[in-house]
Amino acid sequence: MEAAAPPAPAAAHVGRRRKAPLTGRAREERRLGWMLCAPAVIAMVVVTGYPIVYAIILSLQRYDLRFPADKEFVGLDNYKTVLQSSTWWDDVWNTVIITVVSVALELTIGMLIALVMHRAIFGRGPVRTAVLIPYGIITVVSAFAWRYAFDAGPGFVTHLLNLNPPPLTTRSGSFVVIILSEVWKTTPFMALLLLAGLALIPEELHRAARVDGASAVQRFFRITLPLMKPAILVALLFRTLDAFRVFDSVFIMTRGANNTESVSILGYNTLINRVNLGLGSAVSVLIFLCVILIAAFFVKALGTGASPTGGRA
Amino acid sequence: MQRTGKEVALWSIALTLVLLYALIPVILIISLSLKKPADIGDGKFLPQSVSFDNYDNVFSTDTFNSALRNSIGIALIATVISIALAALAAYAITRLEFTGKALILTGALAIAMFPPISIVGSLFDLWRRIGLFDTWLGLIIPYMTFSLPLAIYTLSAFFREIPWDLDKAAQVDRATPWQAFTKVMVPLAAPGVFTAAILVFIFAWNDFLFATVLTSTDASRTVPAALAFFTGASQFTDPTGAIAAAAVVVTIPIIIMVLIFQRRIVAGLTAGAVKG
Repeated sequence: MEAAAPPAPAAAHVGRRRKAPLTGRAREERRLGWMLCAPAVIAMVVVTGYPIVYAIILSLQRYDLRFPADKEFVGLDNYKTVLQSSTWWDDVWNTVIITVVSVALELTIGMLIALVMHRAIFGRGPVRTAVLIPYGIITVVSAFAWRYAFDAGPGFVTHLLNLNPPPLTTRSGSFVVIILSEVWKTTPFMALLLLAGLALIPEELHRAARVDGASAVQRFFRITLPLMKPAILVALLFRTLDAFRVFDSVFIMTRGANNTESVSILGYNTLINRVNLGLGSAVSVLIFLCVILIAAFFVKALGTGASPTGGRA
Repeated sequence: MQRTGKEVALWSIALTLVLLYALIPVILIISLSLKKPADIGDGKFLPQSVSFDNYDNVFSTDTFNSALRNSIGIALIATVISIALAALAAYAITRLEFTGKALILTGALAIAMFPPISIVGSLFDLWRRIGLFDTWLGLIIPYMTFSLPLAIYTLSAFFREIPWDLDKAAQVDRATPWQAFTKVMVPLAAPGVFTAAILVFIFAWNDFLFATVLTSTDASRTVPAALAFFTGASQFTDPTGAIAAAAVVVTIPIIIMVLIFQRRIVAGLTAGAVKG
């Protein structure tokens, strides 16, 4: 799902409005504009809008596919059941651990790789090719590769380091392997976004600071980081939302065993394995609300954070 | 910039680390796939003797062959539709003035953040009712929709690069906006369209959640889902070697594609961010 995150919206074309009464050509242009956008807009609204409304309706019903005759409206009972269960809160906590640790690692490693690529005096091509490999690989395949490295049987790392008990049989070990797989797979995306941000920083600033005797570390923290704040926040927003809905890696590694279940796995198990569409939909809607909260938080941070440094060309 | 010996040495180390980082898991799974089925559990990094038994096994099962067919077919069709719809929208967004443009861009951004897990239950129930469950179309529809934001933003970024004058020249020559689109823009936009198509294809190729929820048989199960539920040639065979071989088979084409189109992919992934 990583690929779903498009870069920041370009505001350049917003707000250029015609005040004069529409001429024939302008009216034609507006009609064509809407006609050309209509198929994409309709597809997006129908395929996401309708199911989410349907999910909300389902979440207010007792609706278990094993007992379809018992279907009835129960108000907020499903939400009460979910929010009062310790499983939901355990899973939220697990998801937060995976999200925070993996996004923090991705930002750090991604920044290091971006700096290597930006400052490379040779070998930029091979590195760029190499980091794109994890991006292109199916998440499930990445998860299998890491699982087989740490498994009890074929696990070469487990044998090499003589890990006992094998990592995937313990909670912390499972988290480490899940996070490794996530970080490996998605850091390249982060690195490329950060590299694009690095390319925007004028070289003169660095030269001037160097003349003034600033060390490389000082230049990084005083020049590079502040100027990259908007780029970093956008990258963080998309990766955080992506990590929060982590599903593939957990499914392949543990299927939620060893208390590593994420909220997406809980939703999947309730909806598909227990075919309890009412309760499962309540979980779905709650995840949706969490995502809105996270997005709102970042948009606010972006709004206030971008303005002081927003003067860049 | 001068290259001192120390600098070159440092960069060599940094580059090697990055290369190792990217390649180790790939080498690991290739090595596992080349082990003899009896050696799978030996815990060694490299195979003691190279064998292609795992590949024979995986291609001898219908599960993998049909999964491969489903994955390629579904991802290709979803890509074509998504790019077609997104190209129309991106042209309008970059070239035309109309109210509601900002709303469309914001809406697309919201879809990009939308958690698929929130609607898989609804889609599961709906698809069961209208007969789309376990069909190609049942997966093509969500893949097409969820890749639209990526396609619209990437294509818009590329379309913005195309010189305005050609569009204006076409208008001076009395071309209608539609003619300007088909005669001038489409040929100029082809490279950007191709890049967006690669990104959308990778997106659809990678999906696991929809594929597990909305399919149940070989009729439409794609590779990621088939891998997760793979049980080996018989129920007594350990599937590890077969899964590793299948993983390699679906990874090599992507790696080749990445090698050939790396410049385009990087440009596509970062195009919008630079302009933002």
